[in-house]
Amino acid sequence: MADFTSGFWDWYIIVPTLLGIVWLVVLVTRFSRGSKTAPGEPVETMGHIWDGDLEEYNNPLPRWWLNLFYITLVFAVVYLALYPGLGSFKGLLGWTEVSQYQEEMALAEETYGPIFARFQNQPLSQVAQDGDALQMGERLFVTYCATCHGSDARGARGFPNLRDSEWLYGADAEAIEHSIAQGRNGVMPAWGAALGEAGVVQMAEYVLSLSGREHDRGQAASAKQKYVTMCAACHGEDGAGNTALGAPALNNRVWLYGGSLTAIRDSIRVGRNGVMPAHQEFLGDAKVHLLSAYVLSLQDR
Amino acid sequence: MQTSAETYNDTVVRQFAIMTIVWGIVGMSVGVLIAAQLAWPVLNFDVPWLTFGRLRPLHTNAVIFAFGGSALFASSYYVVQRTCHVRLFGGLLAGFTFWGWQAVIVLAAVTLPLGITSSKEYAELEWPIDILITVVWVSYAVVFFGTLAKRRIAHIYVANWFFGAFIIAVAMLHLVNSAAVPVSFWKSYSAYAGVQDAMVQWWYGHNAVGFFLTAGFLGMLYYFIPKQAGRPVYSYRLSVVHFWALVFTYIWAGPHHLHYTALPDWAQSLGMVFSLILLAPSWGGMINGIMTLSGAWEKLRTDPVLRLLIVSVSFYGMSTFEGPMMAIKTVNALSHYTDWTIGHVHSGALGWVALISLGTMYYMIPRLFGRELYSLKLVEVHFWTSTIGIVLYITAMWVSGIMQGLMWRAANTDGTLTYSFVESVQAMHPFYVIRFGGGLLFLVGVLVMAYNLWKTVVGAQPAEIGIPAPAAAH
Repeated sequence: MADFTSGFWDWYIIVPTLLGIVWLVVLVTRFSRGSKTAPGEPVETMGHIWDGDLEEYNNPLPRWWLNLFYITLVFAVVYLALYPGLGSFKGLLGWTEVSQYQEEMALAEETYGPIFARFQNQPLSQVAQDGDALQMGERLFVTYCATCHGSDARGARGFPNLRDSEWLYGADAEAIEHSIAQGRNGVMPAWGAALGEAGVVQMAEYVLSLSGREHDRGQAASAKQKYVTMCAACHGEDGAGNTALGAPALNNRVWLYGGSLTAIRDSIRVGRNGVMPAHQEFLGDAKVHLLSAYVLSLQDR
Repeated sequence: MQTSAETYNDTVVRQFAIMTIVWGIVGMSVGVLIAAQLAWPVLNFDVPWLTFGRLRPLHTNAVIFAFGGSALFASSYYVVQRTCHVRLFGGLLAGFTFWGWQAVIVLAAVTLPLGITSSKEYAELEWPIDILITVVWVSYAVVFFGTLAKRRIAHIYVANWFFGAFIIAVAMLHLVNSAAVPVSFWKSYSAYAGVQDAMVQWWYGHNAVGFFLTAGFLGMLYYFIPKQAGRPVYSYRLSVVHFWALVFTYIWAGPHHLHYTALPDWAQSLGMVFSLILLAPSWGGMINGIMTLSGAWEKLRTDPVLRLLIVSVSFYGMSTFEGPMMAIKTVNALSHYTDWTIGHVHSGALGWVALISLGTMYYMIPRLFGRELYSLKLVEVHFWTSTIGIVLYITAMWVSGIMQGLMWRAANTDGTLTYSFVESVQAMHPFYVIRFGGGLLFLVGVLVMAYNLWKTVVGAQPAEIGIPAPAAAH
């Protein structure tokens, strides 16, 4: 075991542990003997008196209590013989917490693996029609995805709504499965320093104009050229976005980080960094496939 | 009995006794508030220093160190003088421990809501406050052991063994666990890293329970129960065995807080077996407390203060059975991270620590002011409100905790989890409301007590009590 840098530390644990248990046995045994009073015989006090009337009897240790004590001590010795406890001695059962985890995971894989594997080779469009598969997908979703995307999959600020028609990385099955398996990292750089505060305010007005919202025409016009050089590469000249980069469309009413003027200015000024974690290694291909099917199915409902 | 001209130093005892009641009300009120926040999150008010995350450590620090600590200072100073038949050692140093400890509490009450924390549970206070704690605690040890050293009875009374062990162990725990590297006046980082830090933290954490919340209060048990019952302690030899077994075994039990974590298997196993061994030493104290009443059981009918004390010992027995059981790995796999733990802590904290402290205050405070208790009827009211409050609290947490544990591990036939996490949160809501009600009842009981004690002492002059000569041994 790598817990110990030398054999000394083994004994540093083993000796005090065993001596401690032996010492407890000696302590209990020593005081359990003698001075049993006959029935009816009055118990004497110890003879000391404190604070006027504080005295002590010296009744024998209750038998049931002694037995309880001994049982726990015997249990300790047996347990330390069977399980790891005495330094690097592994215990007669060879149990470790890691091996217990691995065994349980292997058993789960054996039991449940085939249930998930059944759908793995079917195309997503087909799985998304299968009632059983969708039910399993939904259970997986509420366990692994609902924390961010919500139990109803409608998302939250910073976490995309999975029920609308807006897809940062594309609406096709492959793109969705890729997002779940490999994760995504949507980065919007901070433009505050490059634009200056006045530039940020102007750019926000221009962004509003892309979706036809009410805006200050003068301010927007003065940002147009900057938009073309700084923003259009990702968001497109007309603000249609780019699913290859995960760049959101700016010409519709869906706003991942909020559509208020303040939120838009913030996004421009300090940037955004959205992370969808990768799940392939954690959940395995079969579960990712089911989750993808479930998410795909949400678009129809 | 002859009385010399010398008197006890009860000034500091009175100060600590009064602050026990004050801090009890403050700490428990914060507890009721955060219980309400869990049931109705809107009560966080979106104000950073009123959020659960900052008020929870304020609650634990206030009830453990401000309320429990003041009760321990008061009772240990009261008991050590009377069982040694001498005035408190150290003169002004005893007064310093009072003002120093109050300063620590006030600093805690300011820094914790501001979010200044070392983030170690029950040791959240930052390093400048930790240093002040150390200075106060060393002074406390000087006063206590100095008094013991000049005692006029050769034999040291059992209550003082427990107070002494509590003072020494807490000093050691505090120094080791609070070791940190300061980076600014209000920020430091632990001297330990990773799983070593976790192990040191729970070695401290569990012994804070074992020595601060158990050994010290067993000291109270050994003086105030025989005194209130007017009966000798049940068994001297039982007190010897359970004292040494308890102080030896507690030190090993910390790793049971870290079952199924990165802590090596061997350390987890040792923590578990020694936690189980702790059952009998703990029950030794319970037996000695309850059996002291043998031959005087009828007093329970007429004396609500004694009943308060005995019920506290019963809760002690119950939670020290529950604790070893929860330390068993298979039980812990279900109970860990659930409300069951909160229920267990509060059956110890409300049932044992708070009730025995409050019983002790009913005994001490009238005597410290030379008065009779204003109303036994109100003690009766207090007894029932607090008992019902505790029962509501811990049963709600048992149900909620076991339900949580079962919901988290429930699986469908395909191996997926039956419940999402938020469903388990939703299911806890009614029990959080019941827990809030239980806590509120307990607080109401303490307010009734405060009124009763106020009526007892109002207008009274502090009593100057002469020190009697020790009785000759027979």
